[in-house]
Amino acid sequence: MSESVLTKPYGRPTSTWKFLLSELKPRGNPWTIFNMISVPTVIVAAVIIVIRFVYGLSAVSNVTQMVPWGLWKGFNVVTGVAFAGGAYVLTFMVYILGMEKYKPLVRVTVLNGFLAYTFYAIALILDLGKPWNIINPIIGNSFGTSSILFLVAWHFILYIFAQLIEFSPAVAEWLGSERARRNLKRLTIGAVVFGITLSTLHQSGLGALFLMAKGKIHPLWYSEFIPTLFFISSIFAGLSMVIFQGSILQRVFAYQMDKHSDENHNIMIRGLSRVCAVTMFVYFFLKIVDSVHNHTLGYLMTPMGVWYMIEMIGFVLVPMLLFVRGVRLGTPFTIKLASIMTLIGIVLNRMNVSVIAYRWDEIPRYIPTWMEIVVTVAILFVQIWIFRWVLHRMPVLRTMESMTAPKPTA
Amino acid sequence: MSIDRREFLKTLGVASATLSGATALGNSKTELDQEEFYAILHDVTLCEGCQECEFACATANGLPEPTDYPDSEIKRQLKPDQYSVINAVETSAGEVYTKQQCMHCAQPACASACLTQAMKKQKEGPVTWTEGKCMGCRYCMVSCPFDIPKFEFDDNNPKIGKCQMCFDRLKQGEVPACVENCPAGALTFGRRSEILHEAHRRIMEDPASYVDHVYGEYEAGGTSWLNISPVPFEELGFKTDLETKPYPELTKGFLYSVPSVFVLWPALLMGLRGALKKDDQEDVEGEDHE
Repeated sequence: MSESVLTKPYGRPTSTWKFLLSELKPRGNPWTIFNMISVPTVIVAAVIIVIRFVYGLSAVSNVTQMVPWGLWKGFNVVTGVAFAGGAYVLTFMVYILGMEKYKPLVRVTVLNGFLAYTFYAIALILDLGKPWNIINPIIGNSFGTSSILFLVAWHFILYIFAQLIEFSPAVAEWLGSERARRNLKRLTIGAVVFGITLSTLHQSGLGALFLMAKGKIHPLWYSEFIPTLFFISSIFAGLSMVIFQGSILQRVFAYQMDKHSDENHNIMIRGLSRVCAVTMFVYFFLKIVDSVHNHTLGYLMTPMGVWYMIEMIGFVLVPMLLFVRGVRLGTPFTIKLASIMTLIGIVLNRMNVSVIAYRWDEIPRYIPTWMEIVVTVAILFVQIWIFRWVLHRMPVLRTMESMTAPKPTA
Repeated sequence: MSIDRREFLKTLGVASATLSGATALGNSKTELDQEEFYAILHDVTLCEGCQECEFACATANGLPEPTDYPDSEIKRQLKPDQYSVINAVETSAGEVYTKQQCMHCAQPACASACLTQAMKKQKEGPVTWTEGKCMGCRYCMVSCPFDIPKFEFDDNNPKIGKCQMCFDRLKQGEVPACVENCPAGALTFGRRSEILHEAHRRIMEDPASYVDHVYGEYEAGGTSWLNISPVPFEELGFKTDLETKPYPELTKGFLYSVPSVFVLWPALLMGLRGALKKDDQEDVEGEDHE
């Protein structure tokens, strides 16, 4: 892959518009396997979305009167936000606790978080019956201030801006404006503090959404501590995403990595694994205390109980032990495996609370249509396209200096 | 300059509400007026299952007339265009008829869930839905303990369908259409305290014909729709595992903690950051080396 040498570090190129236009062009070989899968998927999804807005939700989705929230809410919104939790955890570690060694991970994680939140907002709009009224809770006189969803919606919007501010210095460097970079950098700490506060509240708030569904969610998943459990699990969900994503980026963007990066990366993911293991232990312990407290252990021998144990043992306890083992032995493979299993566990948990264990006794059960799945995957693909576009052009994984330095091999 | 304690606390409240973007300040008001709400009593022992109420409901709300009949073999469901259904139920006291519609809770879960105030508890008693405010997020459906709101999934401009207790008729001093058209006298309309009193009076005067339970007196913290029955309500298929406190109470603790987190977190984070900052690090946010 060849790099254009249009930008000088902090120096303006000939014309900003020419520069932006040249940057918009795709680079590299377009005929990759990923593109051959993702492009048709997104095209099909676009058709499905048109059908959805012409004929209504039931034309493409299986949601019912009894299970009104399906895959788009349960996966793209509720699960996706937990996956994007890495940004607030890492900014807390680096900017508040001063753990400088994790700094190389901050930009890419914040970028991912920003894109994730933006695209989950889009998924939410697809799911809304009257998306044109989305303006009502934002401006106007229709504030439903006693609604948890009102709180979550506002925190969502504000956090997207906080992440944009946290990431903005990279954009300024890319555009070659040193003055803008310096000014934007001054806002970082404020955005970080504000962002961590917002994240604490909306990560737990997403759980609090389900507090009023008492009696509708299976007792093994319903708890008055759902907000706390959602918050704690967002810590290891976010960090597992950082580990998993890092292992892919190390390979796909190998040309941007210097020779020490592999070694550094392994040191960083070992540290993050420790945090994962500890928070997972706290989470597992709280779940047990909660089950004992609510007398729900009796359900364990029912089919839903077995499903619960698969989630809690197979995808919380086992990956927790794998994280511990990976840290002890220093084996990146074990850590990556643990992170993937943790992510599956989070998908199971969030989908269970919002869709699967919700009205678990209702027949017929909600099963998503292929069209819902295609749209869900397409949203992820478009997000990855933009992520990839930014990583190829902006100083995210590497510094501006190393980007413009002549490369020995193309 | 004098500012009394009450004013000061009010200001403080408003300030913290502004900061947090959300509080549940308005929640407790409804409790005071609760007894003055309108309510409707459905006496299962008197209902003959004639469906006159269903037809009256369809006419009053401009909905299609029902085409099926109560049958103890099937459970008829509420639909986006059917706000009230009569079901026949085989019980230990023989076949009886139940009526299902919005219960019009005193403190409705749907209204506290709604982020645009499209669902609203009116001071007269009805819980109403305003189309122009609704986003179609369906959180009201997730929250309602009775699963009442129904959504037009097959429409590109979907509505939420549910009983509004004929709010427009109430405002003109008329009673709801179903009450007016009930030939069996199974429906009674009035102030909630009077209706509750009437329900208990019927049970007291004829304890052999009723179970001693007014459904809706305490369910979900009290509703504007009350039922009395000759058999326990489980037999009728009513939900009997409901909370006796209002459902919005379940989220109150979380909502109340929001302002404190909003004040405490930034202070703690800045303090922590200051305490952990190394002495030689003068200005990290300004110029740090990547």
